[in-house]
Amino acid sequence: MANITMDSPVTGVAPATFRPGTSDKEIEAAALKAIKRRKQLVLFWQLVILFGALGLWQVASDQAWIDPFFYASPSAVAERLYDWAVNGTTEGSLWYNLGVTMEEALIGFFTGSIAGVVVGIGLGRNQFLSDIFSVYIKAINSIPRVVLAPIFIMIMGLGLASKVALAFVMVFFVVFANAFQGVREADRDMIANARILGASDWQVTRAVVVPSAMSWIFASLHVSFGFAIIGAIVGEFVGARFGIGQLISIAKGTFDAAGMFAAIVLVMVVTLAAEWIMTAIENRLAKWRPQQSLDTH
Amino acid sequence: MSSIQPIRNDLAVADPAIELINVTRRFVSPTGKTLTALSDFTMTVGRGEFVAVVGPTGCGKSTTLNLVTGLAKPSAGEVRLMGGPVKGIDPRVGFSFQKDALFPWKNVIDNVMAGPLFRGRSKAEAERAAKDWLARVGLSKFLHHYPHQLSGGMRKRVALAQTFINEPEILLMDEPFSALDVQTRTVMHEELLKLWAERQASVVFVTHDLEEAVALADKVYVLTAGPATVKSVYRIELPRPRVVSEIRYDQNFIDYCKTIWEDLRQEVETSYRRASQAA
Repeated sequence: MANITMDSPVTGVAPATFRPGTSDKEIEAAALKAIKRRKQLVLFWQLVILFGALGLWQVASDQAWIDPFFYASPSAVAERLYDWAVNGTTEGSLWYNLGVTMEEALIGFFTGSIAGVVVGIGLGRNQFLSDIFSVYIKAINSIPRVVLAPIFIMIMGLGLASKVALAFVMVFFVVFANAFQGVREADRDMIANARILGASDWQVTRAVVVPSAMSWIFASLHVSFGFAIIGAIVGEFVGARFGIGQLISIAKGTFDAAGMFAAIVLVMVVTLAAEWIMTAIENRLAKWRPQQSLDTH
Repeated sequence: MSSIQPIRNDLAVADPAIELINVTRRFVSPTGKTLTALSDFTMTVGRGEFVAVVGPTGCGKSTTLNLVTGLAKPSAGEVRLMGGPVKGIDPRVGFSFQKDALFPWKNVIDNVMAGPLFRGRSKAEAERAAKDWLARVGLSKFLHHYPHQLSGGMRKRVALAQTFINEPEILLMDEPFSALDVQTRTVMHEELLKLWAERQASVVFVTHDLEEAVALADKVYVLTAGPATVKSVYRIELPRPRVVSEIRYDQNFIDYCKTIWEDLRQEVETSYRRASQAA
């Protein structure tokens, strides 16, 4: 029997060579150990880079290699976040401001993605309607969304509605385009199969078209939550009473670099958390998809 | 060997299940060019009869099946099912695809239950029938597996159960086993013949594999290179039940294959010549 080699493209661990007669158990144990070691190594380097970058920033700022007035420093940003969290901002409680931004972004995200999915699937299933509307959708889609912010604020005022509207248009087109494409990519044989098995048009849409467009739709939902946040914050820049965008805008007005960075960190954390939740939901829904498996030969 | 002669295509079949009468099917491209896939095509399938259709690749074999399902309409001529005209998709028809047409997001039993549920039967009823059919194809232990977790042969068996659960009186098969390896294919042939013998459905089996056609069918239609029309029809008088894995060594089987291959070869060559000229 030849030596058993193990070369796994997933772990990228160098092939280990085993003596003839090594049991499967030992090989599995070795493989598990290698995978664990690699994970730790990845984490280690990630931490090194994080602390390296923050440390460099801190040192550069302390030593006045960069102007701390414009560039702040990690400790100043952390202090500002702590101060906001404990004492509140100039515009009231930090949590209230964060809540306002999240409310705008979430309402825009949900309404935008639901509308995008419904319209995308509707037009994807109806060739005639999609031929008619495609030109208008292209035209509207070519407008850079942020230029709509002043118009929405003029029409809907400084409150919630204008930010939701902006988040909505940011989300809608991304989700719409993907849902539409997902419907178009649905396997023709699979649709024919469902129809011959006895499915009505509505059953075909529900049982075949929507599930097969789902991975396209989810791909768009990942990016579009970020877009919803952008919509809300840009709207707040242009005119608002509360919100993270408003905090950034005020920090800019007072040359408060630490405040701006602190707001950015907040938005980053929120978006990452949303992304993590979305991935968890997607994995749960997509359990039918093939798993990537370790390849031992 | 010379005793094998084609039969006449215009012979009347008493009580036919499927009739295609002088059917022509044209496709019109968006630029307005027409392509004729079938021209003046006539075929009759009796009730409980197993018919195989062979022809060169791309000659329009699959088009014949789409006309019977009602997914496509003839440009000229008439298609009749059980003595009546085809009006949309007929619930008595079952279809077996070349490619995997299982729903990858449904597990095995949900895939098989799809047909009865689409047709408005209760969940309990559908589940009972699905379990029964999965037992018949030997997949009782795989009810909750997803298609990607199964081998090609197992997926094909799920697909057969999915089709048979609707108890079709007419079964259309479009090169259903062409993607399988030779051994699995032989197993599936036996399985199909067993199911067919129990159900006595009328089958149209499209294939480019002549041996498969002769081993399975009562009647073999040889099609011309596109636009397809019927070149010749042979009745295969091999006794049933047939053991597909051993029939290959039967002298009668070999004679049938040789005779029909003579007919088919000319068409394959024509089709090949055209393809290389076009390229």
